[in-house]
Amino acid sequence: MTVASEHIIEVKDMVKKFGSFVANDRLTFHVYRGEIFGFLGANGAGKTTAIRILCGLSYPTSGEIRVAGHDVYHEREKIKRKIGYMSQKFSLYEDLTVSENIRLYAGIYRLNRKQINQREEQLLERLGLLPIKNRLIRDIPLGWKQKLAFSVAIFHKPDIVFLDEPTGGVDPITRRQFWEMIHDATQEGITVFVTTHYMDEAEYCDRVSIMVDGRIEALDKPAVLKKKFDSKDMNEVFLKLARN
Amino acid sequence: MNILYTLLIKEFKQIFRNRFMLPVIFVIPVVQMIVLTYAASLEMKDIRMAVVDQDFSSASRLLISEFSGSPFFEIEHQTSNYDEAMDMLGRDRVDVILHIQHNFEKKLYIEYETDLQLVVNAINATEAGLVNAYCNQIITGFNSQIRADWFGMEPSGTIVSLEIIPEFWYNPLLDYKIYMFSGILVILVTLIGMLLTALNLVREKEMGTTEQINVTPIRKYQFIIAKLLPFWVIAIFELAFGLLVGRILYDLPMVGDLGLLFLFASIYLFVVLGIGLFLSTISNTQQQLMFVAFFFMITFILMSGVFTPVDSMPRWAQQINIINPAAYFMRVIRMILLKGSGFQDISREFYSMGFYAVIILTLAVTNYRKTT
Repeated sequence: MTVASEHIIEVKDMVKKFGSFVANDRLTFHVYRGEIFGFLGANGAGKTTAIRILCGLSYPTSGEIRVAGHDVYHEREKIKRKIGYMSQKFSLYEDLTVSENIRLYAGIYRLNRKQINQREEQLLERLGLLPIKNRLIRDIPLGWKQKLAFSVAIFHKPDIVFLDEPTGGVDPITRRQFWEMIHDATQEGITVFVTTHYMDEAEYCDRVSIMVDGRIEALDKPAVLKKKFDSKDMNEVFLKLARN
Repeated sequence: MNILYTLLIKEFKQIFRNRFMLPVIFVIPVVQMIVLTYAASLEMKDIRMAVVDQDFSSASRLLISEFSGSPFFEIEHQTSNYDEAMDMLGRDRVDVILHIQHNFEKKLYIEYETDLQLVVNAINATEAGLVNAYCNQIITGFNSQIRADWFGMEPSGTIVSLEIIPEFWYNPLLDYKIYMFSGILVILVTLIGMLLTALNLVREKEMGTTEQINVTPIRKYQFIIAKLLPFWVIAIFELAFGLLVGRILYDLPMVGDLGLLFLFASIYLFVVLGIGLFLSTISNTQQQLMFVAFFFMITFILMSGVFTPVDSMPRWAQQINIINPAAYFMRVIRMILLKGSGFQDISREFYSMGFYAVIILTLAVTNYRKTT
């Protein structure tokens, strides 16, 4: 894994309040270019809130945040050109076909016709979806949808891809294949920012942060965290942190 | 590739792939145009009448035969007992009672005037007014015939009388269907423009794809144009389709310039689409939207003058109509189609709509947010 020292995401004292409820409490962290950054936490810990701010879907209450070199307050449109996003809520169009979904997002990112044709062919080939490229999304199995959604999210070769619980409800084999795809993406120089509940998946990350009640309680390489908390796996690390 | 073009392709594909859509565009309008045009009739037919004849004279029989010969009246019951007839009225078996009292004919001969009682069920005031008017027409006819036959007076001879012959402009045969049809066309165009647009927008919100769109570099205006333009096209098509159906079924007159009508409709649709967009920004689910949209639709339509003339509404109601876009279109479509009004005649409505479109679209676009 090539972990450069460049900070592609830089977050300092990020706060997000909903009324009197503090969803993100002075988060401070950075993400290196090209790494897989695991963003862990229990339900309601504030992961989705943070990811939505980084993607420009939501305004932070305060803090300094730069994504792909741009400020989230004033340069959201520039950020959006450099990121991909896949949410826990499934985000392809159910009433469009596999091919139409790919071409739609490709068109949105202004790829030219030649690029689209070429990359679509490659993608369908790699995912084994060529025979069903004209089938509606609603008619294909969840695992395939998930893989396709990820591929669409990185189709325009973004600097960073944000994945919000991408493997929810997917069988172990598909999850494994999904993580292989994530790995392949980093080979192409894409930084991966991923949230998950599955602690075994945390092991695949270069570094992980663990959020508890809106705060980051731990942030390091999985091996270092396991040592620090004297645990045999990430699951134990998580439980120790979440229970305190 | 051009983003707007890409999005438009997507919208059109989705709209026409929706099984619900084609019936909405073709079948429902035709059904509405046929059923509503006839059903929303302002004419009265088959008025049910009970006759209480306590005179049994040739005069009373003549009067009764005038009613039974009229296509508008159906004599349900004939009796000499007033209470019996009143009971029928109470149980809604008849709409009106014609009460001919004892000595009806005798008084007519001796005193040259006589009494007659009409009892009308006035639960529906409009209907009662119409029944009364129809009855009076027949009684007036009877009156002049009696004068001529029995007293040798010409209907309009020996005594000075004015006969009024009305000439009805712009709808000489008083064909309510023509009037009604143009109104229903306005409802259709409004329904499609406002409701379908708003539903489409909220549906994407519900499915979560709006969020996906919001993390892409699509500009707000691109997304909004791509959402509104297809329904603008469909609504304009609907107007053309409706006019064609009207021409075939009702021989709908088109006295004025159709180009002008479509020009006005284009501007009108910007307002309607703007309202749809605005409603979608304040609702999170299709259910919420339907509730709010129905409130607006029903208010707009009932106030617009489709059934009841705006001129007969109280002053405050007429003023509310200043912000009711349907009232403008309702007036203009009838002016152009039936009266042949030109641009000069509708210019006030035209500029008002233009102004309205700018306001509502600005409001809706400002209220639409990519970032929360």
